Amino acid sequence: MKIHRLTIPLSEADVRGLEVGDVVFLDGKVHTGRALVYQHVLERGHDIPLDVAAVSNVQMHAAPAGQEESPGRYRISSIQATASFRYGRWVPEYVRRFGIRAVIGKGGMDAAIYREVFAETGTVFLTTVGYGIAALYGRGVRGVEAVYWKDELGLPEALWVIDTAGFGPFIVDGDCQGASLAEDAISRVNPCFEAAYRGLAPHVLKRIGEIDQSLDQEVIAGNAGHPSGRAS
Amino acid sequence: MKVKAAWIEQAAYEAHRLAATTHPADVRDALERSFEREANALPRFVMQAIVENSRVAEQDQRPICADVGVMRMFVVAGNEARIDSGFVGLEQAVRRATARVTRDLALRSNRVHPIDRRNPGDNLGVFAPNVDYRFEPEADWIELIAVHKGGAFGSDFRMMVDGDGLNGVRKGLVDAIAEFGRRGLTCPPVIIGVGIGGTKDQAFSIAKQAAVLRAIGDRHPEPAIAELEDELHELANSLGLGAMGYPGTGGYALDVHVEIAYTHSALTPLGIHQICQAARRGVVRIHADGTLETRDAPAWFSEYSRRTGI
Repeated sequence: MKIHRLTIPLSEADVRGLEVGDVVFLDGKVHTGRALVYQHVLERGHDIPLDVAAVSNVQMHAAPAGQEESPGRYRISSIQATASFRYGRWVPEYVRRFGIRAVIGKGGMDAAIYREVFAETGTVFLTTVGYGIAALYGRGVRGVEAVYWKDELGLPEALWVIDTAGFGPFIVDGDCQGASLAEDAISRVNPCFEAAYRGLAPHVLKRIGEIDQSLDQEVIAGNAGHPSGRAS
Repeated sequence: MKVKAAWIEQAAYEAHRLAATTHPADVRDALERSFEREANALPRFVMQAIVENSRVAEQDQRPICADVGVMRMFVVAGNEARIDSGFVGLEQAVRRATARVTRDLALRSNRVHPIDRRNPGDNLGVFAPNVDYRFEPEADWIELIAVHKGGAFGSDFRMMVDGDGLNGVRKGLVDAIAEFGRRGLTCPPVIIGVGIGGTKDQAFSIAKQAAVLRAIGDRHPEPAIAELEDELHELANSLGLGAMGYPGTGGYALDVHVEIAYTHSALTPLGIHQICQAARRGVVRIHADGTLETRDAPAWFSEYSRRTGI
């Protein structure tokens, strides 16, 4: 496993040099955003009061554990990412519009986004490790630079700009060649599931939409792009 | 002597602080064993980070996981215990402690209105936090069990009929892992709770309680159910999954706990819950003399709570 330490803003060369399975630590300004931030920016047209491409071209799908200690002063105790597939309808547009070089999230995204968007824009998907080593990530947060839209979106869902040092480790789940670590993992464990399923008869009472070949379908499928379901 | 509301508030605060920052000993030991069993480089790297995170959280008093989930409290009340302000006083103390610990530890303000998403900021709200009770005979103590758990992935409910049998339980477990475990969305290694029988809502509830309110290694008192727990644990770990759902040898589940409830003669409702590697519970018992005792294993399940007959 190759280990990289990169400084934000990330350059295109920084991320094109990464491969799935590599480990990354970051220094610099990371900004957060989940559904409410995407809706606020992309659907309601609010401008982010920050030159994202120049200052903070790493977005994290996170709502930190943090509180406002006194007016305008914030403390983050722990932070990690939330499952990213659900933001598939917004990520392509956001990445293109703001020059995002790395999305930090959980569980990876539909690999169609890696192939059809990230390969072209020069963007990688970094997954949090353990999907929750939030105290360790909390140690990598040096301070909170700004919190935008806390009154409109609520404090956790606001856009936090955090200053980080040695922030990580993260694992490259999707690289600029369109490879997907999670999809590779799934294809490698599927034979074990097939073995377990042999001899297990289907349930008597079915559910609407239930399919027999459950391994052919993934719960995150169909979350690449908006509104047609394709990355665009 | 009556239990004072102030002791309850202190105990509830401490239970939440422990849940947020300190893995129970049985969970940390199991995570370390999972790390030792893991032979593949990627999940081994992940397990090492998980074990390190557990130590850092306790040392720095940071939340193990940034997602505090939906904070909730399970209460085991001794039948002989008396509270100076009654159970309404207990509930007020639990709510006060929830708001205070949220602020003091900078926990995420996670409870929002489900429709308009407004966030009061203190993890309180309509039916929030949940408080669940059970009673224990001949005891004069009150035990508070704080549980922090996320919730998007890993739970399943299935109405099985009398013909599905144990095969249906096995299939239901593999389905739940195929759906939520393969991409690691459940944050494995997990603890799995399986609820079999009762009413629909009971099957789902006892599955949750089996996942979050029993210590790893604990076995159901009915021998056949204990055997089923071992069998399902083996099944969950036969799927080739390690930490984060990567192919590995460390095991997908730290343990599987099964609870049963007597059910309708033609039906067998099945509930499944999975709690992530950040398996968070804090247990504090309030004794009648005001002593607060921190405990590893909750007393939620007992011979009395699983009784048959009167």
